[in-house]
Amino acid sequence: MSLTPPSERIWWKEPIAKIELIWIVVAFLWGLTMFFMMIYWHGAGEQNLSSEAYRIKPERFAERTQAMIDKYTVREENGLPVVRPPPGSDVYLLARLWQWSPILELEKDQSYRFRMSSMDWQHGFSLQPVNINTQVHPGYEMVFSMTPNLAGEYGVICNEFCGIGHHTMVGKIYVVE
Amino acid sequence: MAKAAEFRTCPTTGLKVDRAAEKLIKANAVVAVVFLAVGGLFGLLVALTRWPAVHFLPADMFYLALTAHGLDVLLVWIIFFEMAVLYFASAILLNSRLAGPRWAWTGFGLMLVGAIITNIAVLRGQSSVMFTSYVPMQAEPPFYLGLILFAVGALIGCGVFFATLVVAKAEKTYEGSVPLVTFGALTAAIIAVFTIASGAIILIPTFLWSIGLVSYVDPLVYKTIWWAMGHSSQQINVAAHVAIWYAIAAMVFGAKPLSEKVSRMAFLMYILFLQLASAHHLLVEPGFSAEWRIFNTSYAMYLAVLGSMVHGLTVPGSIEAAQRSRGLTKGLFEWLRKAPWGNPAFSGMFMSLVFFGFIGGISGVVMGTEQINLIIHNTLYVPGHFHGTVVAGTTLAFMAITYILIPLIFRRELMMKKIAQWQPYVFGIGVAGISLFMMGAGTLGVARRHWDITFSDATLPFDYPSAAFLMMGLNGMFAIMAALGGAMFVVVVVGSVFFGKKLADDELPSYPEVPPAAAAVSEYGSAEQVKIPGTAVLVGIFFIAFVLYYFVNWKYLSEIWPMS
Repeated sequence: MSLTPPSERIWWKEPIAKIELIWIVVAFLWGLTMFFMMIYWHGAGEQNLSSEAYRIKPERFAERTQAMIDKYTVREENGLPVVRPPPGSDVYLLARLWQWSPILELEKDQSYRFRMSSMDWQHGFSLQPVNINTQVHPGYEMVFSMTPNLAGEYGVICNEFCGIGHHTMVGKIYVVE
Repeated sequence: MAKAAEFRTCPTTGLKVDRAAEKLIKANAVVAVVFLAVGGLFGLLVALTRWPAVHFLPADMFYLALTAHGLDVLLVWIIFFEMAVLYFASAILLNSRLAGPRWAWTGFGLMLVGAIITNIAVLRGQSSVMFTSYVPMQAEPPFYLGLILFAVGALIGCGVFFATLVVAKAEKTYEGSVPLVTFGALTAAIIAVFTIASGAIILIPTFLWSIGLVSYVDPLVYKTIWWAMGHSSQQINVAAHVAIWYAIAAMVFGAKPLSEKVSRMAFLMYILFLQLASAHHLLVEPGFSAEWRIFNTSYAMYLAVLGSMVHGLTVPGSIEAAQRSRGLTKGLFEWLRKAPWGNPAFSGMFMSLVFFGFIGGISGVVMGTEQINLIIHNTLYVPGHFHGTVVAGTTLAFMAITYILIPLIFRRELMMKKIAQWQPYVFGIGVAGISLFMMGAGTLGVARRHWDITFSDATLPFDYPSAAFLMMGLNGMFAIMAALGGAMFVVVVVGSVFFGKKLADDELPSYPEVPPAAAAVSEYGSAEQVKIPGTAVLVGIFFIAFVLYYFVNWKYLSEIWPMS
């Protein structure tokens, strides 16, 4: 029994039953498949998160975001600037309690270099309904490219708990033809 | 030693039972169940609030309840119960005295005081920082202090366990190697030491930061080390509940492991590789290289997953072998059909095994895939997954063995047998529902730890699809069912422990049926004599489900915006 010492003292020399051996081999090969699938996707897949990141002071990030807002604001919505940066450019998205700034307007099928950081606590970038989710840290700037492939209106939800106003933290991204 | 250990002889197993160990097992288990009741109640409040049509609590109370829920059930209930399991698997199973009962009581006291301090900090309302307490969000100092005391207490408990193994070996209380269940408990205890050390490394500076002695705690460093505690502690649970699966299979069926070597190697895989899983929480954080993410998130090529998949075969396989050798040989599944489904120890254990594998296990591997994590991170899918592992897996297994511990250790007859008989089904199916519907809502993008998915107070509107609201409603309904199952458990346990008929020292309990130790099956290597085709079919179904679900999620991933 599993509750008593092994009845055979030299238990490590016992033969392994065939079914156990088969299952171990199957499970091991499946593990390898899943392992190499991740590597394969880095080459063949289109959805890979970059590992580009920098340390940055919140003030510095806020300045750069403001510079982009000053340069490319096209209109206002609910008192928030709507910014339309040129395709291929760096797009700043600033997270703070409890707001995403600014609202972005992007062109379909164009690539943008997103730069995200937080002014205060951790936040979660959750692009809906596409369902892309990344973490936003204070003191770190994460940089990755995204290519919107469908026109429409997208929500940016905060999905890292950030205090009592967490559930009001909603941003917006427009994708236009 | 103040005085020599006192023993009684267990009439069921013939083992010598150290009374000091017995008292400690009782104390730890009772406190565990109290915190399960409290934490479970908070869980119900959380689920009712997330049910949009009910939306029970105001926002501040919701975040408070969610913090308390995670703390009390994920940490306090489980670790207290694990202490009981460690003392049982060492002193009792090895026929030995417990080393240093005073140390064990000191550990128990520290854990209890720590748990109470942290709970008070949370209930005061200024420490609603969630179980993870990510910096730079700050809780009141007692929040961290309580956790540190709790961890020190648990570490002492692990020390007592290790010392008991040494004592038992030195005093030759058993022959040969330790039993498989003790080996599994040893796995849990070794992982626990790593876990608690990680917790100390990060929580002590964080505590000093909260009282102003340290000026800065880096959020990424915090997260990396915190999860070396946070995720590894789930691996303690896995090792402990797998050990319990083996224990219940042995107690109910007299089952022997198919081969000691394979089952022990599978536990060894846990010790060697499970700790890498901290990476599961860092797949979409800034700055980790792809190589780092791939190697760590896969536990070095899925070697720890291999361990779990092996247990997934050997546990039901050992039951099938035991049943078949008793003559239940018809067809593929007579052994399973005629299993004692009315015995809550068995039904709870078997559901724990199935739900842990199919719901918690598969979803965990899928969401831990480097790229797939992008469509899952911090959505409700995550709590959906870990309610499959920690609640349907660990908690259900702990409940199941409690039904055996009450007569064996508490020496009381189980009361309210009808309720006990139904309890694992009500709780298990309730939790399975919670897990599946949260995973469904997460797939639709619903955020975890979120008070209002209608965003009624937000400056900018956003609407989740209506299917998400349906999922949240169903989640609420199944949460009520699970809470009912939890309440049934607490009522049966508290009732039996305090008011059940006392068993004399030499009296055999009448329920649940536990065969005498000698009723074990064939000689060593039960698979040698008995084929286990039913289990082969079961793991085949599991494997197909696993592969299909894995690739379906790659398909989902391929549909999102291209990223690089």
